[in-house]
Amino acid sequence: MEYFVQQLINGLTLGAIYALIAIGYTMVYGIIGMINFAHGEIYMIGAFMAVITFTALGILGLSWAPAAILVVLVVAMLFTSAYGWTVERIAYRPLRGSHRLAPLISAIGMSIFLQNYVQIAQGAKIKPLAPVVQGSIPLMTSAEGFTVSISYLQLIIILLTVALMAGFTLLIQRTALGRAQRACEQDLKMASLLGVDTDRTISLTFVMGAALAAVAGVMITMYYGVIDFFIGFLAGVKAFTAAVLGGIGSLPGAMLGGLLIGLIEAMWSAYFSVEYKDVASFVILVVVLIFRPTGLLGRPEVEKV
Amino acid sequence: MSARAGAGDAPGSPRARALPVAMALREAGLAAFVMAVLAFPLIGFVLADVSGGVTLRTRFEWVALASAIVFAGRFALAIMPGRVSLPFAPAFAAAGGALSRSGAGRWIGPALAGFALVLPAMPFSDRYIVDLGTSVLIYVMLGWGLNIVVGLAGLLDLGYVAFYAVGAYSFALLALHFDLTFWQCLPLAGVFAAFFGIILGFPVLRLRGDYLAIVTLGFGEIIRMVLLNWQEFTGGPNGLSSIPRPTFLGAPLARSAPEGTTTFHELVAPLMEPVYALFGEEWGFSPMHRIVWLYYIILALALVTNFFTLRIRNLPIGRAWEALREDEIACRSLGINPTNTKLSAFAIGAMFAGFAGSFFAARQGFVSPESFTYIESAVILAIVVLGGMGSQLGVVIAAAFLILIPEFGRDFAQYRMLIFGLAMVLVMIWRPQGLVSGREPSVRLHPEAR
Repeated sequence: MEYFVQQLINGLTLGAIYALIAIGYTMVYGIIGMINFAHGEIYMIGAFMAVITFTALGILGLSWAPAAILVVLVVAMLFTSAYGWTVERIAYRPLRGSHRLAPLISAIGMSIFLQNYVQIAQGAKIKPLAPVVQGSIPLMTSAEGFTVSISYLQLIIILLTVALMAGFTLLIQRTALGRAQRACEQDLKMASLLGVDTDRTISLTFVMGAALAAVAGVMITMYYGVIDFFIGFLAGVKAFTAAVLGGIGSLPGAMLGGLLIGLIEAMWSAYFSVEYKDVASFVILVVVLIFRPTGLLGRPEVEKV
Repeated sequence: MSARAGAGDAPGSPRARALPVAMALREAGLAAFVMAVLAFPLIGFVLADVSGGVTLRTRFEWVALASAIVFAGRFALAIMPGRVSLPFAPAFAAAGGALSRSGAGRWIGPALAGFALVLPAMPFSDRYIVDLGTSVLIYVMLGWGLNIVVGLAGLLDLGYVAFYAVGAYSFALLALHFDLTFWQCLPLAGVFAAFFGIILGFPVLRLRGDYLAIVTLGFGEIIRMVLLNWQEFTGGPNGLSSIPRPTFLGAPLARSAPEGTTTFHELVAPLMEPVYALFGEEWGFSPMHRIVWLYYIILALALVTNFFTLRIRNLPIGRAWEALREDEIACRSLGINPTNTKLSAFAIGAMFAGFAGSFFAARQGFVSPESFTYIESAVILAIVVLGGMGSQLGVVIAAAFLILIPEFGRDFAQYRMLIFGLAMVLVMIWRPQGLVSGREPSVRLHPEAR
């Protein structure tokens, strides 16, 4: 029981991170109907921004953790958004209205490019980061002496994710930008006829997705303490699985899917095998697509001529 | 970065006509600024290892350099007249278009095949050249196989390397456990790979194109992880070694043969008597024989793939693939079963990957999961896409180009994948149909109307 609760906490932490990445996939898919293959790399760039900024702050002598984390989050979100914006501007915008596979292939190319760009710019070795937040709160202890605890870092990750999700939902539902995004999602052409600046809306969607991915990158860096240029691939596929599981195009779906994938991965590693934990999410992806391609909360998609 | 020109301001717009230089300067300044913002954190700082952690080194001169290059590039693009986005793009387009439209394609193909046929006999051919030719041909064959799936049927397969792996491992395992030879395993490997293709394809081919892409990617990774973790069966990360080499009519191409067989050079010795008489030299064993033999095997396999593709395009099934690529809904209305049609393309593509995989295992004598990563799938896809989806000639050009780039300079090898990625993006922007356009339909209602 205690072991299970501990895995639940670990899974929720992981799931929160996947959910943040999944939002980027699901929003882009909702609006322009393409899988942004480079999104995993954007997350990886966010993680590199985190290591670089933390190291820079360490050199500058800012060691008070809350301030450091705040600065890192802001810096990472800003610069990573710039990458998100540029990727859309270069690789996807010129291809709007092209044949179906073109943006997808361009996205794969962008993903390969960014991965190798970071590898060349920063080196292929793994980058370590000294723990920023330490300590944990013990929750309960079993008869055998196994203590369930939630670390401060896990608490920060979960709370920050919840706060971001809430803010994000408000942004989509209440602001003019959110309204424009929802209009574009329903019908891009009609929205542009009615005076919505679709190019700008799509750009901002990429910027927002990248900012959330940057937060995920910062948190995974603090959580695991090591990153390399290759982390974007697996995380990207898992987050995409989360988006599909929840129903692609649906924001609550992405959050739910992310949490489920995190939990499944934690439980799978705990009770079955660690070696095959990455296989688990792929298997889920395939199974979901076969039996419920619209996901848990998605709307059925009607193919039109 | 210079691709930013793409959709920018139309050159005919009033503002662009009024102040072209000022506009171009403004655009270039913006582009340079964006580049500086992008480069500042990731290029401007580099994480350097020191004892007990990392520290930061700065190299802002690189940031300045990158911005300057982007500024110059963007400025040049902005002041260029016409809708041209790159100086060499129209040349490419013209060359590619001419190649596919005129009869040039008709003689270039056979000429290349003829060149490939005589390559090992050329005076400049040494071990290195023939080996390189073999590598290029493997990718040509894989590209042609994937071309059936992506180019003809329009299914984006990102896990093609999985079938390559299935072919390689099925040959390796059959040879090691059942003592089967390469020639017995070759068809079996193809059958296994096609079987895997059907197993995977059956549930997922009903999905939309982009779902298919990610599921095939996932499948490729599953196969690789199983190969990596199923230690007792696949040898795990160490892989399988001492895989037998292909024989020539049962004669091994080795210095000495095992009990009861003769080696290749002993086998051909009687036939070579007149040659010896002429040149006065005995023809013993040479490692070159095996390399040339492998080269011809893959050449034959690749040509079979090509021939098969060219012929099947004229059969109803091949026509159905292309029709399905262009419009699935129309096909369904006309009574084509999309699932079965896609499945056949998927299985046939997988079969050729299986053949290539078993050849790969036989050539290396060793297989490990390392050879079957996602990057490999991406490289094969890049070959098909850059060459022009559906174009057989394009695949050859792209494969030769991509495999030979790193050979021209080892310093370049590190940038190989970077260039791959960039090339995929740029080709999609400037020529979405690839360097050699292959989307010419096989049949036309009115052949004279072009």
